[in-house]
Amino acid sequence: MITELEKFKGFSAKNLPKEEGLAPGHRACQGCGEVLALRMVMKALGKDVIVCCATGCMEIVTTPFPQTSWQVPWIHIAFENAASVASGVEAARKVLMRKGRIPKRHVDILAVGGDGATGDIGLSWISGAMERGHDFLYVCLDNEAYMNTGVQRSGCTPYGAMTTTSPPGKKGSGQVTWKKNVPAIMAAHGIPYVATASPAYFLDLMNKVKKAALVEGPAYVHIYSPCPTGWGSAGERSVEFAKLAVETRIFPLYEVIEGRYVISRKITKPKPVTEYFKGQRRFRHLSEDQLSFIQAKVDEEYARLMKLSEAT
Amino acid sequence: MGKRVGIEVSIAIAEAVKLARAEVIAAYPITPQTHIVEHLSEIIANGELDAEFITVESEHAAMSCCCGSSAAGARTYTATSSQGLALMSEILYHPGPMRLPIVMTVANRALAAPISIWNDHQDIMAQRDIGWIQTFAENGQEAVDLTLHAFRVAEDRKVSLPVIVNIDGFTLSHVIEPIVIPDQEEVDAYLPAFKPRVRLDVKKPVTMGPVGIPEVYTEAKMAHNEAIKASKRVILQGWKEFAEIFGREYNPVETYRSEDAEVLLVTMGSISETAMTAVDAMRDKGTSVGLVRIRLWRPFPGPEFRKAAGKASVLAVIDRCLPPGAVCGPVGAELRSIFYKMPGAPKIFSFVAGLGGRDVTVELFEEIVDKARAYAKKRPTELYEVIGVRER
Ligand SMILES: Cc1ncc(C[n+]2csc(CCOP(=O)(O)OP(=O)(O)O)c2C)c(N)n1
Ligand code: SF4
Repeated sequence: MITELEKFKGFSAKNLPKEEGLAPGHRACQGCGEVLALRMVMKALGKDVIVCCATGCMEIVTTPFPQTSWQVPWIHIAFENAASVASGVEAARKVLMRKGRIPKRHVDILAVGGDGATGDIGLSWISGAMERGHDFLYVCLDNEAYMNTGVQRSGCTPYGAMTTTSPPGKKGSGQVTWKKNVPAIMAAHGIPYVATASPAYFLDLMNKVKKAALVEGPAYVHIYSPCPTGWGSAGERSVEFAKLAVETRIFPLYEVIEGRYVISRKITKPKPVTEYFKGQRRFRHLSEDQLSFIQAKVDEEYARLMKLSEAT
Repeated sequence: MGKRVGIEVSIAIAEAVKLARAEVIAAYPITPQTHIVEHLSEIIANGELDAEFITVESEHAAMSCCCGSSAAGARTYTATSSQGLALMSEILYHPGPMRLPIVMTVANRALAAPISIWNDHQDIMAQRDIGWIQTFAENGQEAVDLTLHAFRVAEDRKVSLPVIVNIDGFTLSHVIEPIVIPDQEEVDAYLPAFKPRVRLDVKKPVTMGPVGIPEVYTEAKMAHNEAIKASKRVILQGWKEFAEIFGREYNPVETYRSEDAEVLLVTMGSISETAMTAVDAMRDKGTSVGLVRIRLWRPFPGPEFRKAAGKASVLAVIDRCLPPGAVCGPVGAELRSIFYKMPGAPKIFSFVAGLGGRDVTVELFEEIVDKARAYAKKRPTELYEVIGVRER
């Protein structure tokens, strides 16, 4: 076990921090899972954090100049490079503290990006930062499409889902590929900490984010983030969908601590995937064949994850 | 007093970056820039400079790291060339309006296709409008001095803008020249530590790089433009104080035997030295010719250039860049516009030469001057001419 984590007691309903790094009054859609998750991330991290944000919904809705929702230092440069910007910030702080040019003080460095920024265009930038071993935390807010540009498919869009660039039609039936396993790619870097989280399990989410910040070196947390606008779902049901994704084993919650897979929440009696699909317009065209293909593949992936946790 | 040594220009630039006490250096190799960052990595490995050396995975990441480190308050440096500069392109537009004083050496090189590692100015001309201060060095000494000047100007609170020092790839970067490497005390006297007005600091949170809604976007662009225009005063002041401390004088434009010259060659970068030899040769033959060299490219020193051009009736501008389908090379276009409709303006003829490492020789300059004089009598049919193209 990484020594930094041994001391960590964890958040509970009783000791939730009052601090809000991300203030209310942002312009996210009602029921936005990303902004909800981000608020929890910031609550877990407190005020001693510098945020490097990728282009995407969370950048746009929080900073329409001259307004800002950020109570902490925050920088946005471009779509793909939040991890490199964080690398620069981390390196600068390191040398400036070493030279006594700024006061010595531990500050967390957080890079945030959507699934597009993280799993597609930014993969090389994140990979570089992780390989170099910068002490920072990368959080991916995965709403399963490019939402900021109007719901186009990404590598994280689930099989079968309808987006504006994976439309069902006479020949097509939504996204044709299986969701890219970004946490596995991150874990393959051999970094100390990788986890998946969901805003429906907010204590679990906050604890993982805090642990990720505590470890020395790069850490990665992949957060499932419902998007009513992109999914064609009711805003008030976002947390319910986040929960269903876990209960159906579509989005399992786990940690990879120094290469060891630890399942955070074992789902022994999974709900059928169809329960999760109901109420999301992006899935309503799915055929029976597609549904049973998805169910089989979800079961298979979950079994693989169980084996990984047993083997490591 | 500094020490005069025989040294490769790239190595000398790295030494200047060391003397400037750079704090974060992001590096990605590309010919002909690589010697600079290689030598910097040695300097750091030997403990001669206390800096973070980030070996990034691409030039795009290099510039992204630089933005982060400059925003966090560290003196930041990188170097690149050609395809690397092109890969950075997206991010090059950020530090200007964000007022991040990054310093970068660009070892100028041609752009593919076809791939070419040799020198011309096509890489930087494709990045002409990124909103950085830009200078062009003529020789190794100037490359070193402009590097120190770049940090000084970039980080001046009245400026707070990124700066590129252009050096010709190979013809400058890889040659060994006698260069005065300044003393650390002199450099320290010239270049105070970087104290940004704002930086990413948890004690004083700021939001950097927010969305520019239409109500503010134009104003943000205007502010950047005003800043780069206003930087000229600090650039000149920086050179004035440089002369006081180091004894070497620099100006936005330089002239050579330009007094009473009928024809003036206009150059940027290292070909200017060949141009001077050509001017001497032509003067010996009785041709009334001189040279104007542009050192400061952005912000463009219009009044200084007009003054330097004096009463010459013909300007022969040499661009080392061929923008396909354009009316002429970028320097030629710039000069035509600063003289536009000015009474007594010289006739300006635009030549493109020295692409992809093709030598620009004394003979070529003579050919250019001959052509310019002929065109002054009988207008050419084209707005520019590519010189030295082999027919067979
Ligand atoms: C280099 C580049 N390509 C494309 C874009 C356009 N763009 C901006 S945000 C975005 C999608 C963001 O999607 P994601 O990262 O999943 O975040 P979300 O908006 O869904 O939170 C795209 C394609 C861009 N800004 N930069
Ligand atoms: S489009 Fe989706 S992710 Fe973006 S703000 Fe709206 S709900 Fe949130």
